[in-house]
Amino acid sequence: MKRKLETQITLNTLIDSFSNEIKTLSKVNAYECYQCGKCTAGCSVGDFLEETPNQMMRLIQLNLRDEALNSKTPFLCATCNTCTARCPMDIDIAKVMETIRILSEKEKKKNVKEVSKFSKIFLDSIKNHGRLFELGLTARFNIENKTPFKDSELAPSLIFKGKLSLLPQKIKNRKRIKKIFDNSINEKKGVE
Amino acid sequence: MNYGYFPGCSLHSTAREFNISTKAVCSSLKINFTEVEDWICCGATPAHTTNHDLGLALPYSNLQLAAQQGFDTLVAPCAACYNRLKVSDFEIRKSDEKKNRIHEITEDKTEADISILHLIEFFKNDFGIEEIKSAVKNPLVGLRVASYYGCLLVRPNEIVNFDDEENPTSMDEIVSAIGADALDWSHKTECCGAAHAIPKTEIVLQLCKKLLQAAENSSADCIAVACPLCHANLDMRQNQINKTFGTKFNTPILYITQLMGLALGYGANDLSLQSHFVDPIKLLTRKNLIPQLEKMNREN
Amino acid sequence: MSRIGVFVCYCGENIGRTVNCSEVTQRAAKLRDVVYSVDYKYMCSDPGQQIIKDAIKKYNLNGIVVASCSPLMHEKTFRHAVVEAGLNPFLCELANIREHCSWVHDDKRNATDKALDLIRMMVEKVKKNLPLDTIKIPVTRRALVIGGGVAGIQAALDIADGGKEVVMVEKSPSIGGHMAQLSETFPTLDCSQCILTPKMVDVNSHKNIKLYTYSEIENVKGYIGNFEITIRKKTRYVDDSICNGCGICIEKCPQKKINSEFNTNLGTRKAIYVPFPQAVPNIPVIDKENCTYFKNGKCKVCEKFCDRNAIKFEQTDEFIKENVGAIVVATGFDLYSIEKERSDNYQGYGEYGYGKDPDIINSLQFERLLSASGPTLGEVTRPSDGKIPETVVFIQCVGSRDKSKGIEFCSKICCMYTAKHTMLYKHKVHNGKAFVFYMDIRAAGKNYDEFVRRAIEEDEAIYLRGRVSRIYREKDKLIVKGADTLIGKQVEIAADLVVLATAMLPQKDTVPFAQKLGIGYDKYHFLSEAHPKLKPIETNTAGIFLAGACQAPKDIPEAVAQASAAASKVLGLCSNDQLEREPYVAYVNESSCIGCEFCLQSCTYSAIENKSIVNSKGELVKKVAYVNKGVCQGCGTCVSICRSKSIDLAGYTDEQIYSEINSMFV
Repeated sequence: MKRKLETQITLNTLIDSFSNEIKTLSKVNAYECYQCGKCTAGCSVGDFLEETPNQMMRLIQLNLRDEALNSKTPFLCATCNTCTARCPMDIDIAKVMETIRILSEKEKKKNVKEVSKFSKIFLDSIKNHGRLFELGLTARFNIENKTPFKDSELAPSLIFKGKLSLLPQKIKNRKRIKKIFDNSINEKKGVE
Repeated sequence: MNYGYFPGCSLHSTAREFNISTKAVCSSLKINFTEVEDWICCGATPAHTTNHDLGLALPYSNLQLAAQQGFDTLVAPCAACYNRLKVSDFEIRKSDEKKNRIHEITEDKTEADISILHLIEFFKNDFGIEEIKSAVKNPLVGLRVASYYGCLLVRPNEIVNFDDEENPTSMDEIVSAIGADALDWSHKTECCGAAHAIPKTEIVLQLCKKLLQAAENSSADCIAVACPLCHANLDMRQNQINKTFGTKFNTPILYITQLMGLALGYGANDLSLQSHFVDPIKLLTRKNLIPQLEKMNREN
Repeated sequence: MSRIGVFVCYCGENIGRTVNCSEVTQRAAKLRDVVYSVDYKYMCSDPGQQIIKDAIKKYNLNGIVVASCSPLMHEKTFRHAVVEAGLNPFLCELANIREHCSWVHDDKRNATDKALDLIRMMVEKVKKNLPLDTIKIPVTRRALVIGGGVAGIQAALDIADGGKEVVMVEKSPSIGGHMAQLSETFPTLDCSQCILTPKMVDVNSHKNIKLYTYSEIENVKGYIGNFEITIRKKTRYVDDSICNGCGICIEKCPQKKINSEFNTNLGTRKAIYVPFPQAVPNIPVIDKENCTYFKNGKCKVCEKFCDRNAIKFEQTDEFIKENVGAIVVATGFDLYSIEKERSDNYQGYGEYGYGKDPDIINSLQFERLLSASGPTLGEVTRPSDGKIPETVVFIQCVGSRDKSKGIEFCSKICCMYTAKHTMLYKHKVHNGKAFVFYMDIRAAGKNYDEFVRRAIEEDEAIYLRGRVSRIYREKDKLIVKGADTLIGKQVEIAADLVVLATAMLPQKDTVPFAQKLGIGYDKYHFLSEAHPKLKPIETNTAGIFLAGACQAPKDIPEAVAQASAAASKVLGLCSNDQLEREPYVAYVNESSCIGCEFCLQSCTYSAIENKSIVNSKGELVKKVAYVNKGVCQGCGTCVSICRSKSIDLAGYTDEQIYSEINSMFV
């Protein structure tokens, strides 16, 4: 663990119910993990992580909720599922990452803002048009991320090659997509 | 069998050559796919990593549309769409509680009992490798192809299971059927960084560098893919990779359908070969693999 | 006239906590025909037993009910006490008010009532009990040992040294088992063959041991003390009574490129071969599958050169019958393989390449590379190109402790032999580097942990705590992608050779074999002991004992210890001419039996035969069923199926059972 943990580990922190919360949300019993590290060994983004996947599982086992929710790991996870595929205990680790990421996002913990911003803009785009408007997505991301010239060298050829349309494709039944968004995220207002 | 076709967002924009070549191949092989009308985005990674239900409802809504339009099977060429459709179908079949919740979300009670196939799965299991072989007019002799499956075609194997999750071979079988050399290489199922392309480009650059290196180690002429995201990351960013790491990769990344199209007699323009960032035409010309008379074979 | 005594035990607090024992005692005293009733804190203790003995004499009791624990625990104790007071032991019954009552209930009122119910049932039963005599069956005082590995060898030698005859059956051409394949052994590093071969020679020359190699068990009939074994002696195509093991046939055989099983496919052998130089017996076999003569009808070079005419192409399998009183099963283990195509229910390791890369080998293969008698004569070289590997990665727990592949148990010995491998490798390749990926180091044994420490501290093995996610080839190297969870980072090693410590599994085909013997096995097909703690050597079938890794993963000392234990069980069994067993067997009322043979067909133990009843002139009057008391297990199937109610079970007659049931409804 490269990051310094802020929590003092005491009896109180250890008996928190975070592991149960994860079990309810993801159907994963974190105590099935015996910390073999195979998930970490095969993690695609292993080079970029502070907490490795098995350490994330350990945070759950020790009920260190804040530490887990403040970790960047679930946001850096590429959802490649290699960890889940190779886990000797058949634990769906990718699902655990996804669950922590959603919790973290909900509670506005420290996270990887670019990743979280990208997701929001992406979802906004499909919410508005029904389909992804890639040019709009990239442009808005670069502006909001204050990296206006990122990948700018790619844009002209993309447009020239006919790969990036200048206008969004819109579906006919726009209500359908709006309903799905509103109903899915009905416990809080939208994803914006 | 009534096949619906689900292209997904990418095939209408950055991966339009995948769409074009798929349609060309289907027309040559007399395969009838009908595009699902008014389909919506599957939500890709951002949806399921933001909200479990949203990640299931978006793909499921498409399955409902397909069911309403009378399809019993849905074919998706995009590995990401395929994966999301399969996951959604799997989760909802598993639990009635989930199904009710998703029906509530889509405000639609349509039961979507639809089998979902990836295009490669369709070619392998429904259409047949031998049939492809017998339709080849321009075998791609001498072309060394590294088939790249990435994550979404093989994982999680409990849900997407038309091939071996550690050593898939279906794309290689197609590559062999069209006369090219299918290479056994080390990085068939490693991750390209996927959705991190825009927010965390550095991750994608590093992962793709390893992939390109592995392909080069196996002396591949090109890499075959079946996923728009893998394609974009490997092709569009190859120049950035070279700049960042001081490498000199010049490995064309081709959709498997483009290679099939060539073998079936289509020319470069028919398959939109010019739309790649890393030019495959030079390689294919050098190997004498582009049919000389465009459209000749199609008109026969 | 029944005079029943009831003896209620508190078992300390075990029963007393939930059952009001004094109330039970008082109420029991009022049951019909109960003339005496008493409670005591520990009825099984000496004073407790004395109470029973005194009461029998004082009150002239002819039926005893002890309300206490399970009969499995103390039935013997109380029956012994009853005998000492001059009663037949089978007039004593136990009412189980502990396991069946106090331990499983909380409510004292209900538990007390239930305890009385249980006692009442037993009182009614014991009134109908008859004095019975134990059954005596003759014992064939010789034993069969199945498997000629170190466990089988040890068991056979111990039994033979104890003066009893042993028949040993080994399925491969030589005895020696896996131990003969090993290089050196932990934790002393003594040469495996050097310590094993003297024992192998002993087996061959021992006057009390009859050795059948290249033979298998065809059939097992009978029961404890009286097994009849049919052995299939497979065709060697070499007459072992003539062959003197000169080896000229092997030398001249032109078919030389056959993978050697003994060398784990790393070396080759001929079509006629002995598995290894010290094989016992030193008699070759012809491998029919690969023999040129059997394939093409031409060759017979071996026959031409054999000046004793020992080669017999016309030989066929031989069947031999042997009678024994006890059986030791020592069939040993096999290794899990990481292959994709498999005959068992486990998953392969695609992430380690499904076993297709020649430089990813298993531990037994590495043993052969280290062994002076191995395919490389003890030089450690890698299989692909014969290069000496400068970096070797050892991976533990491959298959073991891996639920996703179907195996959840720990194979127990891998930690130790992997440490040994790193040492031996370092001793042979001085500039070599050994890396071990491990999850836990399990080195509990005499001098074991010290041994592992030596591998790390002195022989410089680098231990990395983590599993390996993937191995793939990159040109000349194998890239091993692992992790060290202690430092929290991925670890990538470019290795020349990878050695997998694969899980230990029972021999293939253990299931049909176990079924042939009528013994149990677990979900991994390891053979089951009768009790995990108190009967670790016995099986659930009397007279059949286990030794070695067929029961669970074991190292050499454990296998040898268990083998000696099995031998002592066999010697105990064979120390008497006769064997006593409980008289709970079926008996036939010949006058009412109609000879329908239903019982004969229903008996799973083949204990019932036909018997002809003849008159004084020798004429057949009728046929009736006859129970072989030695074979009958007292299961009662025949009793329930008999149409004329002519067969009953001693000690558990229908009348006794009905009395018990009726007593519940008074």
